[in-house]
Amino acid sequence: MTEQNRNQTRIERRFADLRAANRAGLVTFISAGDPDYDASLNTLFALAESGADIIELGMPFTDPMADGSSIQKASLRALNAGQNMQKTLAMVRALRERDSDTPVVLMGYYNPIYRMGVERFLKEAAEAGVDGLIVVDLPPEHDDELCLPAREYNIHFIRLATPTTDAQRLPLVLENTSGFLYYVSSTGVTGAQAPTPEKVEAEVNAIRAHTDIPIGVGFGIRTPEQAARIARFADAVVVGSAFTDCIEQAATPAEGTAAVAELTRALAEAVRNAR
Amino acid sequence: MSAPTAPQIGPDSNGFFGRFGGRFVAETLMPLILELQAEYEKAKNDPAFHAELKALQQDYVGRATPLYFAERLTEALGGAKIYLKREDLNHTGAHKINNCLGQILLAKRMGKKRIIAETGAGMHGVATATVAARFGMECVVYMGSTDIERQQPNVHRMKLLGAKVIPVTSGTGTLKDAMNDALRDWVTNVESTFYIIGTVAGPHPYPAMVRDFQSIIGDEVRVQMQQKEGRLPDSLVACIGGGSNAMGLFHPFIKDTSVRLIGVEAAGEGIETGKHAASLKGGEPGVLHGNRTFLLQSEDGQITDAHSISAGLDYPGIGPEHAWLHEVGRGEYVSATDDEALAAFQTLCRLEGIIPALESAHAIAHAIKLAPTLPADHLMVINLSGRGDKDMATVTAHLADQLAD
Repeated sequence: MTEQNRNQTRIERRFADLRAANRAGLVTFISAGDPDYDASLNTLFALAESGADIIELGMPFTDPMADGSSIQKASLRALNAGQNMQKTLAMVRALRERDSDTPVVLMGYYNPIYRMGVERFLKEAAEAGVDGLIVVDLPPEHDDELCLPAREYNIHFIRLATPTTDAQRLPLVLENTSGFLYYVSSTGVTGAQAPTPEKVEAEVNAIRAHTDIPIGVGFGIRTPEQAARIARFADAVVVGSAFTDCIEQAATPAEGTAAVAELTRALAEAVRNAR
Repeated sequence: MSAPTAPQIGPDSNGFFGRFGGRFVAETLMPLILELQAEYEKAKNDPAFHAELKALQQDYVGRATPLYFAERLTEALGGAKIYLKREDLNHTGAHKINNCLGQILLAKRMGKKRIIAETGAGMHGVATATVAARFGMECVVYMGSTDIERQQPNVHRMKLLGAKVIPVTSGTGTLKDAMNDALRDWVTNVESTFYIIGTVAGPHPYPAMVRDFQSIIGDEVRVQMQQKEGRLPDSLVACIGGGSNAMGLFHPFIKDTSVRLIGVEAAGEGIETGKHAASLKGGEPGVLHGNRTFLLQSEDGQITDAHSISAGLDYPGIGPEHAWLHEVGRGEYVSATDDEALAAFQTLCRLEGIIPALESAHAIAHAIKLAPTLPADHLMVINLSGRGDKDMATVTAHLADQLAD
């Protein structure tokens, strides 16, 4: 490991490795605690072992305004099974005992973090081995709430850019973003229909003119074919609702974990062979 | 005891009233709400906008609404002299139309063709459907499935007015879930759609904008009280769910520190039971629906269900300006239970021949407690924010229970 590598964060190292291998990464999302704590922990381990390059772990919230029905239901399943912030952080700690390389990004809404207390949350998240945060309802206008404090703990604040983010606004969105930029390829909620890859590619290229930061693309990507098409030009492909659907449709929690692992392998293979 | 000092009127440029308010929304919506803010600033300074709004307020809504001296209620309570601000006499039966008219004129200026709204009791939904019909725009109203059951007449009214009513089954099927789904619609249809939020909540500029459109209530009271009594009122009493009727009444008087501003939250079955909708008395600061305010929530920051006999107060948050007035001590915030509101509802029916909305009955309930403790020269204004026709089924069901006891 070179000196430079040691100073990099897990997310930076992962994207450097992906670039060296000339391939896009696979970013997978599940809601922590869905359908219950033990099953979700098994699913988390399975993601890391089946080819997920970065794991987004949803912090369940009662009112996920930017999510479609699949992730809403996943959140509620988890909450009904007793999931809370402490258990979500415990899952990250448990993963770190067996996997010290796969970056983990916590994704969710601000209120559970605000209620816990920003400093306490960041301290415990950093200790647990969290690498980044995506907090949907904190736009750059509110960077002093969580984005800037997170820097003190070496936790990346990963921002969403959308088709409504115009050239005038993009510099503001990029300013304090680190780790990677999550390009939400369609307006609408998670699980919505995907736009054409040609349109997304043009939009991603337009953003590249402004930044060197890696760009992950998500929203509406469900199949290995769709993932491969996006992986030709994006630095990472984000898949979420397709995994929560696996868990919802499974007859038992164990079958849900198996279905997630199987989809992860298929997506990983597609992403690895896309270019 | 010294009088409280007049606070600076917010919000600041980021939409904050003290630490409350803000713009806590997904990136998809940020360009939209910035555009809305810019357009609203332009409209505020455009005499043509005000002229069109004023003409509609007079001839379409029927403003000014009366400030009515409630003589028999005053006699029965034996204290303060009580006036009712008759927002129930507005077209569509509540104060909600004041805000909807202002917002639909903005939508027209912005070239939007499709209107969405959330509704609890259905009064905001009806007012939105009404102005959408008047201006020939498509209208979609999100309403919790629980509320659809208990507010059937308003569902029929919205449909007659040409609106599509979408039942919301996610979460608990009440107002907060309707607002979630309206926000989801908005992020999906950002280009075509204008979201008419019904209360002084949501991301900046909504809390300030809705307040401004509702402030005609307080502006009229100021003039009317001057004509009737030659001075300012001593206290203003209004019910609070999100708090738009209260803010509309209070706002023009914030700097008049002699005027007590009294907001009445819904205590449901009692705050100690946990089954209530009193965000200030029973909640903690948090972030929901685009703003920081007091919220009913768990230790883990999960939003908990509100409970109130009145669907219009059944919301786990409160407008950020109220949260701020509460924190700086300029507003007094109290609560009334379901039973107290039902009793007040009957009192007003029998003493004044006015059937109030169950929401407004919470304000009356507090006035019934407070007025007897005040001198006869104390001028109290209760905001009668809406009429009670929509509540017949709920009220008769509850009174039947009482009779069976």
